[in-house]
Formats: sequence, C-alpha cells, structure tokens
Amino acid sequence: MVTINELQEGFRIALQSIWANRMRSALTTLGIVIGIVSVTLMGTALEGLSRAFDKSIAQIGADVLYVQKWPWGGGQDWWKYRNRRDLRIEHANAIERSAELVASLSPIIGTSQDIKYQGKYIEDVIVVGTTHTMIETNPANLAIGRFFSRSESEGGRPVCVIGSEIASSLFPNESPLEKVIKIGGYAYRVVGVFEKQGSLFGGESLDKRIYVPINRFFTQYQSRRGGITIMVKAKSLDLLDDTKEEVRGILRRARGLKPRDEDDFSINQQEMIIQIFNQIGGVIAIIGLFITGLSLFVGGIGIMNIMFVSVTERTKEIGIRKAIGAPRRAILLQFLIESSLICFLGGIIGIAIAFPLSLIVDQILPTAMPLTIVGIALSLSLLVGLLSGIIPAYRASKLDPVEALRYE
Amino acid sequence: MAELIRLTNIVKIYQVGDEQVHALDGITLQIRKNEYVAIMGPSGSGKSTMMNIIGCLDTPTSGLYELNGMNVSDMDDNELARVRNKEIGFVFQTFNLLPRSNVLHNVELPLIYAGMPAEERRERAKEAIARVGLTERMHHKPNELSGGQRQRVAIARALVTHPSILLADEPTGNLDSKTGEEIMALFDALHKEGNTIILVTHEEDIASHAHRIIKLRDGKIEGDFPSRKRPTPSPATVS
Ligand SMILES: Nc1ncnc2c1ncn2[C@@H]1O[C@H](COP(=O)(O)OP(=O)(O)OP(=O)(O)O)[C@@H](O)[C@H]1O
Ligand SMILES: [Mg+2]
Repeated sequence: MVTINELQEGFRIALQSIWANRMRSALTTLGIVIGIVSVTLMGTALEGLSRAFDKSIAQIGADVLYVQKWPWGGGQDWWKYRNRRDLRIEHANAIERSAELVASLSPIIGTSQDIKYQGKYIEDVIVVGTTHTMIETNPANLAIGRFFSRSESEGGRPVCVIGSEIASSLFPNESPLEKVIKIGGYAYRVVGVFEKQGSLFGGESLDKRIYVPINRFFTQYQSRRGGITIMVKAKSLDLLDDTKEEVRGILRRARGLKPRDEDDFSINQQEMIIQIFNQIGGVIAIIGLFITGLSLFVGGIGIMNIMFVSVTERTKEIGIRKAIGAPRRAILLQFLIESSLICFLGGIIGIAIAFPLSLIVDQILPTAMPLTIVGIALSLSLLVGLLSGIIPAYRASKLDPVEALRYE
Repeated sequence: MAELIRLTNIVKIYQVGDEQVHALDGITLQIRKNEYVAIMGPSGSGKSTMMNIIGCLDTPTSGLYELNGMNVSDMDDNELARVRNKEIGFVFQTFNLLPRSNVLHNVELPLIYAGMPAEERRERAKEAIARVGLTERMHHKPNELSGGQRQRVAIARALVTHPSILLADEPTGNLDSKTGEEIMALFDALHKEGNTIILVTHEEDIASHAHRIIKLRDGKIEGDFPSRKRPTPSPATVS
C-alpha cells in the first residue's frame, strides 16, 4: 500500500524537479497544450453550434414545411435547381384551396431595403412580404400592436409590422405605433412590433426585419409576382409526412407535371437542417479529435522521452533512495506523479490559452466554454501523463540499487 | 552476546563477457550484537561486495545469509527494501546525500519510507542531527557543508531509524586524516552506546579503532582476528 508519506514525498520531488527544469518542462508540455487547446475549442464550437441550433429549430417550428425552388443543404445540382420554374402566389392559393391536412399557409418573399424615419436611416433591412396568416404559420409574439389584418393583406395596404431592433433604433423615445416610416422610399404605417427573437443559426437577426402585405410588396419592390417560398404548417406533427405528400400532389397538379416528371420544387423541413447541422458538427468533431489525438499522442511521446531523461539524470538519487529503504512502488509513484503533473500543468496552460480564444469564437457564434469540456480536458491531460510516465517510472523502479549508486 | 549476522558459504559471481568473476568465493562468518568490525584487504578483494550483501543492497549468487534470525537470501525486492529501511544504516565513501534537500530532509528520508507521521519523524531526525553535532546546520544544503559535516549528516541518516547494524564502506576515504579521526571518534562513541558497526577501510589507523579485523583476499577470508590495540575475544575463538 502506498503511504501518505510516499505520496507527499512524491509530490515534493516532482514539484522540485519540474521547477528545477522549468524551461524543459514547459517546452515538453507544448504538445499537451496544443491538444488541450484544440479539444476545448472544439467543445466550445460544438456547444455554440448546438445552442444556435436549438434556438433556431424552435424558431423554425418542427411542424412547418418550406416549399421552395431550392432544397436545403443539397447544392450539387445547382443548374437544375436554378432553372426550375418559380413558385408563385397561384401555387399557394392552390394548396390553400384543396389541402386538408394544412392548418395554415403563408407565402413569403424577401428583399433588402433601406428604411427611414425623421432623418434616421437603417440600411439593408430585410423586408418580408407575406399575408395575414403569417402570425399563425410561424407563431411569434407581438410586443405591442397587432399583425396586419386579412383585408389589409388582400388590399395591399401600406402597413407594416417591425422587429424589436428596428423599433428601438427608429423610435428610442416614442411609441412606433401609427408612425409612418419609409421603406425603400415608400411610406408605411407601423401597426405592430414583435418581441425580441434573436437570430437564426447565428446569422441575420430576426429583430431587424419588417413584414409587409405581399400584395403591396409586389407592386413596390418586385413587379414579377414569383420567386416566393410557401410556408405550410401541418395540422399535426404526426401527420407531417402525409401533409408533405398532400402538398406535393397538389403542387404537381397545379404545375402541370406529368406522372413521370420529377418534382420541380423542393419541400424542405426542419429535419434537413438537423442533418446539415449534424454534418457540420461531425466535421468539427472529426477535425478537432484528429488534432487533439495527434497532439496528445506526440505530446505524450515527448513527455515519455523527457521522463526517460529525468530517470537517467536521477539514477544516483534513485540508488540513494533505494539504499535507505524506498520500496519500488515509492520510486514508481514519484515518477508517475512527475509526468502527470507536467501534463496537468500543460492542461491548465492549454485551458488558459483556450479561454480567451473561446471568447473570440463567442463573437462569431454565441457560446461559452462548457465546464464539462474543461473537466474532460484536465482528466485527459492527467491520463496522458500517467500513460507516458508508466514505462520510464517502471524502469526507474526496477533499477538495481548497487548499480544505481555507482552511476555518476 | 546474541548473534546478529550469519553468512554461510556466500558466493557472488559476476559475469563479465565470457569470464566469471568470483567477487566472493565462499564466505562463512558470524557477527554478534555490538561488535565493532573492520574489513580490510587489497583493492578488488570483495570488501564492497560483501558490505552490499550484508546491507541487503545486493543478493548473493549462492549461500545463506541470516540477519537477526531472518533468512535474507530468500527475500524479494520489497522485503529487502523493508530490511534496508529498518535494520540497516549505510554510510558511503561519497556521502550520497540528496543535493537538493536540506540536512533535515536528508536525515528524515528513511523515516518517510518507514511511514512515520511527520511530527514524530521531525523529532527523531532532529535528535539524530543533534547526536552528530549539526543542529546549527539543519537547514543547510549538502553543498554548503564541509566533507566531514556531510559525512556526519550521512551518519545521522543511518542512525535515525535505530538500525541493528551500521555499515560504512570506506567512510573516511574522501576525508583528510584529521577529519577522518573525528568521524572515527563518532563511530567509537556510537559503538559504546551499543551499536553494531562494520566498516571497510584500507588504513591500519582506521582499522585499529575496531575490535575485530577481517582480512579478505580474492573473495576469501584470509584472516579474522582481534585488533592489536583493543583486543576483545572474537567469536571464532570464543565459540
Ligand atoms: N558489477 C560488477 N560487475 C562485474 N564485476 C564486478 C562488479 N562489481 C564488482 N566486481 C568485481 O568484483 C570484485 C570485487 O569488487 P569489490 O568492489 O567488492 O572490491 P573492493 O574490495 O571493494 O575493492 P576496493 O578496495 O577497490 O573498493 C572485483 O574484481 C570487481 O572487479
Ligand atoms: Mg570497495
């Protein structure tokens, strides 16, 4: 059994030796540092991805289908998709007329416009043209006011609902309701303001959007009445696949496709984003694990090498300790503690370096260094230390006392 | 007085290339408690080899070694480490102190491996340091001490566990003759306090401090007799 005395002495010698060779120890630990930096950054990035993902998924809605010209995530047949016919309002109307599994449906189309109110400008705001059903299809809460009504929507009235960020920039000290703003030069009356929503997949903020009736959109920003996305909310999540089939059938008919023709539209859903995210996450994990594994391996070999040097340098000391009665396990322990401590220090240095880097990652993708990954990183460095110390420590413990004493 | 060490036909053979070196070639001898023995002999006669075997640093190729009634020749590494820790105090020609540790820690070291709690250990170490007259130097590193002082530290370290035997392989070999005499005076005193002492030396003057002299040549005992200056009956003549 290892005694407390032996443990204390082991730590004492290890610290003494690491301190005496501090430059060497710091250099040897470099591989471990790199490994730990990469594993913690990987964990941080994955954490950021999953946070963005969870939030975005909630915003997209699991039960909403996106009928579009382009499939999500599959870009290999760019020309084919590009040459597809546009989706138009008539297609949305066709689905609305005959679908039975659809709870609500909204066509949407976007553009980027500058907006203006009493000398205040905001450039490049996303203006979304849609109908009054939007508030049911993609539920979001209004902070004040209301969404535009059916008659406003169908009549193409110059009314708009604005995101919270736009409200606070244009109207810092007054209520935006009933105020008239200019969107791309055209006047609109504000009837509602959304609650703060954040951003989608770490990208464009949803709070910097403006919703206007789609009929007005087509008269003012785009005379060609096509190129829309149709958002379709299923009556129930369980019937999502059936809803998809129903919508597909209706659209094929509406677009005059023959039975043998391929679909010339895509019906996208959340699941596809999950796939894309898993792919991105998988790539990050593979790269991260590869770098981590490689640098920890190389680092471990480096530590093992330096431990052999340390054992050789201290052959005489080992002989003295053995001569006065140190058992094998005490010698073994002493060197295992030394190699583990070197690696552990490497781990701590790694985390100290990774932390500021994770703050940079945080700017791009909101995240935080997860505590579990810090724990994993530190245990990993300890483990590498133990593993790379075993052979040198074992060799030290087996030294013959007489020969070790004779070593100069 | 009780028998402490019994060597029976101890042989130590070193294989050097094709050649076998018989460092010890059938040593049979007994040493009793509180004896004061000097081992002499020409260089290469096997003195250090015999000391290492008595000190359990090395094991014989064949033969029987009994220490305090225990059969040491059958012991494994860990048991030997325990015997070295509890029964043996070794003093080397080159002192063999830990250079990075101060005097107190050097002297404490055997008690650390004995598993003694810190406070008791400190007390015992301080006692041993006081016994060799180095209380003032307790917190010095070995390189801040003279050769004689270093050897005193080594003796304190050997004494601190209250071992059955003190073994010293040429303890004065690296010291001038005056300092050597001081160290020998210390051994004399330790012997009077009841310690059993075995030392190796080349010098007649040093050997004359002992009460029994064993002469080795080519790994064999060539002579075993009482010291002329301080004759005491050797066990060979008594039994
Ligand atoms: N590890 C070893 N390998 C081979 N031969 C050895 C080894 N150790 C000792 N010997 C041989 O054993 C013999 C006895 O050596 P030992 O060191 O016991 O002599 P010694 O009496 O102490 O000599 P000295 O007075 O020079 O210290 C010598 O011939 C030596 O060469
Ligand atoms: Mg010798």
